[in-house]
Amino acid sequence: MALNRTATAFLKSNCFKMACRSASTMTTDLHPPSRQFALYGGRQTVTLIPGDGIGPEMSDAVRKIFLSAGVPVDFEEVDVTSDNFQSGSCEEALVSIQRNEVALTGNIETKVDELDFDQKSANVTLRTKLDLYANVIKVKSVPGIVTRHNNIDIRLIRENTEGEYSNLEHEGVPGVVESLKIITAENSLRIARFAFEYAQRNSRKKVTAVHKANIMKLSDGLFLQCCREVAREFPEVEFNDMIIDNTTMQMVSNPYQFDVMVMPNLYGNILGNVCCGLVGGPGVVAGANIGKKYRVFETATRNTGKSIAGLNIANPSAFIFSSSLMLKYIGLHKYASLINQALVDTLEKDQIHTADLGGCHTTSDVVDAVCRRVQTQAYKVRYDQTPHKQHGW
Amino acid sequence: MSTLRGLTRLLSKAIVNPSNGHSTTTPRCLHTAYQKFAEKSPEAKQEGEKLRVTMIPGDGVGPELMHAVKEVLKAADVPIQFEEFWVSEVQDRCSEAQISELIQSVNKNKVAIKGILATPSWFDIGELQSVNMNIRKQLDLFANVVRVKSLPGVKTRHGEIDIVVIREQTEGEYSALEHESAPGVVESLKIITRTKSERIAKFAFDYATKHGRNKVTAVHKANIMKLADGMFLDSCRQVSKLYPKIKFEAMIVDNTCMQLASHPSQFDVMVMPNLYGNIIDNLAAGLVGGAGVVPGESYSPDCVVFETGARHPFAQAVGRNIANPTAMLMCAFNMLSHMNLVAHAKLVQDSLLKVLRDGKIRTTDLRGYATTTEFTAAVIANLGRA
Repeated sequence: MALNRTATAFLKSNCFKMACRSASTMTTDLHPPSRQFALYGGRQTVTLIPGDGIGPEMSDAVRKIFLSAGVPVDFEEVDVTSDNFQSGSCEEALVSIQRNEVALTGNIETKVDELDFDQKSANVTLRTKLDLYANVIKVKSVPGIVTRHNNIDIRLIRENTEGEYSNLEHEGVPGVVESLKIITAENSLRIARFAFEYAQRNSRKKVTAVHKANIMKLSDGLFLQCCREVAREFPEVEFNDMIIDNTTMQMVSNPYQFDVMVMPNLYGNILGNVCCGLVGGPGVVAGANIGKKYRVFETATRNTGKSIAGLNIANPSAFIFSSSLMLKYIGLHKYASLINQALVDTLEKDQIHTADLGGCHTTSDVVDAVCRRVQTQAYKVRYDQTPHKQHGW
Repeated sequence: MSTLRGLTRLLSKAIVNPSNGHSTTTPRCLHTAYQKFAEKSPEAKQEGEKLRVTMIPGDGVGPELMHAVKEVLKAADVPIQFEEFWVSEVQDRCSEAQISELIQSVNKNKVAIKGILATPSWFDIGELQSVNMNIRKQLDLFANVVRVKSLPGVKTRHGEIDIVVIREQTEGEYSALEHESAPGVVESLKIITRTKSERIAKFAFDYATKHGRNKVTAVHKANIMKLADGMFLDSCRQVSKLYPKIKFEAMIVDNTCMQLASHPSQFDVMVMPNLYGNIIDNLAAGLVGGAGVVPGESYSPDCVVFETGARHPFAQAVGRNIANPTAMLMCAFNMLSHMNLVAHAKLVQDSLLKVLRDGKIRTTDLRGYATTTEFTAAVIANLGRA
């Protein structure tokens, strides 16, 4: 504890305050008031990157459901895969997202052996170039899916652009490798503020910062310090912090103590997967990557599912949930809740489960069931004039 | 809605596989298929399940063309009902209440089909802004798209033409800001703003991307209006940087007109401010067969109004039953595909193109002798036969 205090004192005497001051002015335009989507005549264009593995199947599923529901969205498909992303398709995807401002993506496989050591993967390139600094994972138990814990409702907010994913590694002396983990006050304040504003807007009670400041006293110490600083501005939201190893243990034994959680990059990656495991695996949890201007929606665990690609057995739920989040963001709340509800009903009432949830149905069974459910409501939704509660991230 | 989907499936089956079953035996086969389907599910006939579209018949031959559209859509069993608004400027049906009722309807339905509202050139009501402009401004219909495409069976002087003319239509010369500051001296203000220029440029490039086009040409007169058109051109250039796959070119409006008349095939998508758009729309329409065969549409972020490309009321033809309904019918099937009724759209489109290709029934503007009614009847008879 004494060490902790000296570490903080050291930080405070340094750049922290200055960063704080500049960051407080910076974050005011975190949520730009005007969104200039590619929206014409009530139809919106969204970039779709199917990616590798099960991605193309999942995209087809979403297209089919959107067509059944009459969702006024057109997809601009950009084909980025592990094979072609070095030959310019990644840039193509980037400008496409810059034009449309919203994207729905599968995951692009990173072939470790083929990349140069200083080369970023396609996924990381997209995230850093578009400055998608926050990754939000909505971990919520789906009724009808049997798990060891019920009624879990956690939001995981992960810093997405720095930390261990900075791609700064070198072999200073032969046989000795340094991998640099970068934590900056600017980005830490930004993610902390995002987490608290998210909690406030969605009337959540508590924010938990996850760190390893007992070992990485300066880097994770700075992150923790930034969270504490921001917490002071939000007295109505409870704040606590927890060390990462303990957090994972608590997560599997008593997940109900968590509400909103905020953490640096790598911890977010690990905890995200733990959380998804709690509520039914990679096939059911959606995630969003959020930047100042652009948003990219994808599945929470970011895996390609290459082993089950093309077999029609993958669970499309995560991708469908994520498309529903996307619809919510572009203002099509009614279609979003229609599709969301149809999928929940399919899983709960119809009990149409794919193999990963212990069922014996195929991907297309689930998709057809959702299509049937949305079709019956689509007309009502189209002319529903009731205003919806403004959704806030 | 499920019933609608069911119908769509039936239709698409019939279209994809015309030799299947009874689909080629009679011209009304699709109708029969639908009736069989409707017997099984009585709710398909309910008015409430139909999609709603606002209809503005307008002046001149507008009402006659709308009648043709309604007949054809009825025969194709399109699940659409129209809400009609008979506004007109020349017949004094343009009170504020009438206009606002119309605006509300379009805002609610998101889709409208519009004839032509004639705008008188005289100035006696003390209002500089026409009803057309009023509607466009209130709905924020900023982008007008005119699809100029050669049609089969329509003989013109040029070969295959396929141009999309995109026009900014909320500012520029149409700002309705004119005044006589000193007697005998009139100032008319042309307004160009960066926001709107960037918006229309982005629209043009997005349109090109979505429809797989290769080139966008910005039309301007920046050599004379260095500030106004200069800003428009600069906005286009800025926006074009985000679209590396689409070629960007700029051309001065006078040269554009000449090039269009001599080598129209060099153009793909064209984007321009208001007045140039008006002129080039008409010029380009003339290349492929005139006002009767070119469809157009106006977009706001939220809604879309389908109207003919060259907006002429053709008042001298009222009641003579000679107007060509082709443009309006093309608007109608563009509208259907916009509303996700793709199979119905294809049905109407195929039938219309077949009638034009056969060339037996042509209206007077295409050197034929057929009346509007005969042409419409031919389109109906060919539904599902193409």
